[in-house]
Amino acid sequence: MNGVVFDIAHMLAGSLVLVSMMMLYQDRLYALLNVFALHSLILTLSVAWQAFVQDAPHLYVTAAIALVFKAIVIPVVLHRMIRQLGIHREIETVVGIGPTMLAGIGLVALATVVMLRVTPEADPLAREDLAFALSVLLLGLLIMVTRRNAVSQVVGFMSLENGLVLAATGAKGMPLVVEISVAFSILVAFIVIGVFLFRIRERFDTVDVRALDDFKGRRRK
Amino acid sequence: MTPISILLVCVAALLGTAVLAVLLVHSSRSTPVVYGAGLVFSAIAFFTALAYLAAGLPSAEAPMLTLPFGLPWLGSHFRLDTLAAFFLMVVNLGGALSALYALGYGRHEHAPHRVLPFFPAFLAGMNLVILADDAFTFLIAWEFMSLASWALVMAHHRGADNRKAGYVYIVMASFGTLALLLAFGLLAGTGGDYGFAAMRVSERTPLVAGLTLVLLLLGAGSKAGLVPLHVWLPLAHPAAPSHVSALMSGVMTKVAVYGFIRVVFDLLGMPTWWSGIVVLTIGSATAVLGILQALMESDLKRLLAYSTIENIGVIFLSLGLALAFKANGMGLAAALALTAALFHVLNHSFFKSLLFFGAGAVLTATGERDMDKLGGLIHRMPVTSVFFLAGCVAISALPPFNGFVSEWLAFQAILQSPAVPQWGLKILVPAVGGLLALSAALAAACFVKAFGVTFLGRPRSAVAGQALEVDCFSLSAMSILAALCLLAGILPGIVIDALAPITLSLIGERMPLQTDIPWLSIVPVTESRSSYNGLLVLLFTLFSALLTAYLIRRFASRVLRRVPSWDCGFPEASPVTQYTADSFAQPVRRVFGTLVFRARERVDMPAPGDLRPARFAVEIHDLIWEGLYLPITGAVGFVAGKLDHMQFLTIRRYLSLVFLALVFLLLVLALWS
Repeated sequence: MNGVVFDIAHMLAGSLVLVSMMMLYQDRLYALLNVFALHSLILTLSVAWQAFVQDAPHLYVTAAIALVFKAIVIPVVLHRMIRQLGIHREIETVVGIGPTMLAGIGLVALATVVMLRVTPEADPLAREDLAFALSVLLLGLLIMVTRRNAVSQVVGFMSLENGLVLAATGAKGMPLVVEISVAFSILVAFIVIGVFLFRIRERFDTVDVRALDDFKGRRRK
Repeated sequence: MTPISILLVCVAALLGTAVLAVLLVHSSRSTPVVYGAGLVFSAIAFFTALAYLAAGLPSAEAPMLTLPFGLPWLGSHFRLDTLAAFFLMVVNLGGALSALYALGYGRHEHAPHRVLPFFPAFLAGMNLVILADDAFTFLIAWEFMSLASWALVMAHHRGADNRKAGYVYIVMASFGTLALLLAFGLLAGTGGDYGFAAMRVSERTPLVAGLTLVLLLLGAGSKAGLVPLHVWLPLAHPAAPSHVSALMSGVMTKVAVYGFIRVVFDLLGMPTWWSGIVVLTIGSATAVLGILQALMESDLKRLLAYSTIENIGVIFLSLGLALAFKANGMGLAAALALTAALFHVLNHSFFKSLLFFGAGAVLTATGERDMDKLGGLIHRMPVTSVFFLAGCVAISALPPFNGFVSEWLAFQAILQSPAVPQWGLKILVPAVGGLLALSAALAAACFVKAFGVTFLGRPRSAVAGQALEVDCFSLSAMSILAALCLLAGILPGIVIDALAPITLSLIGERMPLQTDIPWLSIVPVTESRSSYNGLLVLLFTLFSALLTAYLIRRFASRVLRRVPSWDCGFPEASPVTQYTADSFAQPVRRVFGTLVFRARERVDMPAPGDLRPARFAVEIHDLIWEGLYLPITGAVGFVAGKLDHMQFLTIRRYLSLVFLALVFLLLVLALWS
């Protein structure tokens, strides 16, 4: 039992990292959103498996939140936004795919090395989980850094948050209140960012954040 | 009520007075009310501390008190031992007398609402620093004291000089508090107990003890005015109103000395012998540099502030001696050196407050601080000038006044140095003695100049010629201090015996009992080596002076004759032809200033037949300011200028910075072990 439990948790967390890597090279917005939905779905499975393993029913709630909001609501809303903004044809990457992937591999290696070194006494399941969670988090940051479109930055932020949830559920005894509050704060952040996207769009006719830089630059001079 | 609760009630009353001063801002009676309350509460605190010190309880029986303020799990601890009682005495005597002085002086204040609330708060802060018995309370009180005095420095903020002084002061004060914070962090160690009682018993490695000493020299030294951290002092002390200058110079620097003694002698445990070398070197450099700069100065209050630096140097020099002796187990010699330091603390608080009061009186009467615009005030302000002269004699270490006794004790301690085993100290201490002698001689020259140029000769400006004697409150404050200077000089045995419980608790030894010795003599070590009798010197001085006066009047001239003074062949008797402050200091400037201040004299002599006037200009550089502070401010400005571009990055760049910082920290973590 223990071997199977560990393997399945390992597989789910590992595939979360894999999907994060997939997000790195999506240069079309719709594709990026679909991969993000997949990302959230795998997170849901992983959390549910943790709920089952740890015999912690409140984690099912977390899994349900992840499924409803992250795998369904947010991708759908972002789809609608992209359609309304009329940017579904845009292609963008700031750094080339090759270097980005290489950087992503480096980050995953770094996260694993760091986590395995600083947590030698921890429960092996939590240890692997934390290593994967840190990888997902760093990859989410990498997505935010390498994108110029505000929507894809939002997606990067959301995937970063998925990494946080993965880390939180991997550790035993995480109170539900904390998770719910994290989930809601993310939701609020999402709404705020969404509103701002439309405002930016109204003002500059684009959601490319370069327009903001130009605007700031003009103010500065 | 126990002494400690009386003292804390006084502190609370002073804080209440500060609040009252805010409420009474627009009332015309606020000045007498606030200073009257300050006088009463400081006097109560002074007598309480005096009574406690006179009782001389051993430090094991020192009363303690815990109040539920501050950090919730810590509270505020207060403790009154003999060391604290002595410094409380110094603080509250200075506080009471400056409040008395300000009852008169404060009437001339044109913006009283900028001074009144902060004056009692400043006094309360200084009291709290001394009473504190845990690091948290100590630091809070220390910062409170700094901020209150900063507000007083900024009382006349319209002048650009004062604003600069305030800025430099607050930067240095923050730096000092930071150093103290780190020092207490090291003292508390990993246990994290910030009570002084726990620090006193814990053990430390020599490295930690050395680091603490250095941090403490930076923290307490920047407040006391040790070279090279003294730069704020000659700017800030003169900028405040004169009674506050007296407090800052005469008293607040002593609070810093208290902090140093409390930690180094009480909390840090047994010192290493090289810590004595560090303190000795810094102390003697401070003494000589301070008095040389005072000699170059022609602003009366700035001169006094520089002379404070010199006296702090003398105090730290004696403390360094005490450390060196204590480390070598020479208890008696250490007690002698520590007594010299504490005695000088007391003396300096007397005569520096007196001199600042005198400078304030001159400022009130003439509106001038520049000595080159004063002169001849002895005719217009006879009483003030007598008191100022007493202060000058005392600070120049001339018997029978008190300054002589403490410096003489310091020399006696220096003479004990051949018994020290380390060769480094054996060679250093006599050199330090030479520097102490040099600074004492220069101090005498400096105060001959201060008194001579200000009070003697003829008035150099119209305002100096029309000056009027100041009010009776100011005069009575000065008279009390002048009397104390004389009394402490004539009866040093009583002071030395009162200091004995302090040396007993900090070093474990005490100086021999002095009050048993007949005819009020003092004998620091043994009669065969040296002894001093202030009363005898006073009687001899009085007798010989009276005899000379009588002989002159008897045989030379019976009547007062006013005749034209000898004019060196110049018939024009303009006051400009008198010695000025700068010309008086010229010999010293040529001998020392060429090296220490890179002083250059330039004479611009027109060719014969040319009608423009000849000019003589002196150029003086403050090498510490130019060599240490300007590079630092330049570097800070450069870095700030570069970082300014970070204000205008793109969102993605900001994110990248966060990201890179995170990756960097993770890399450090990965590569650490």
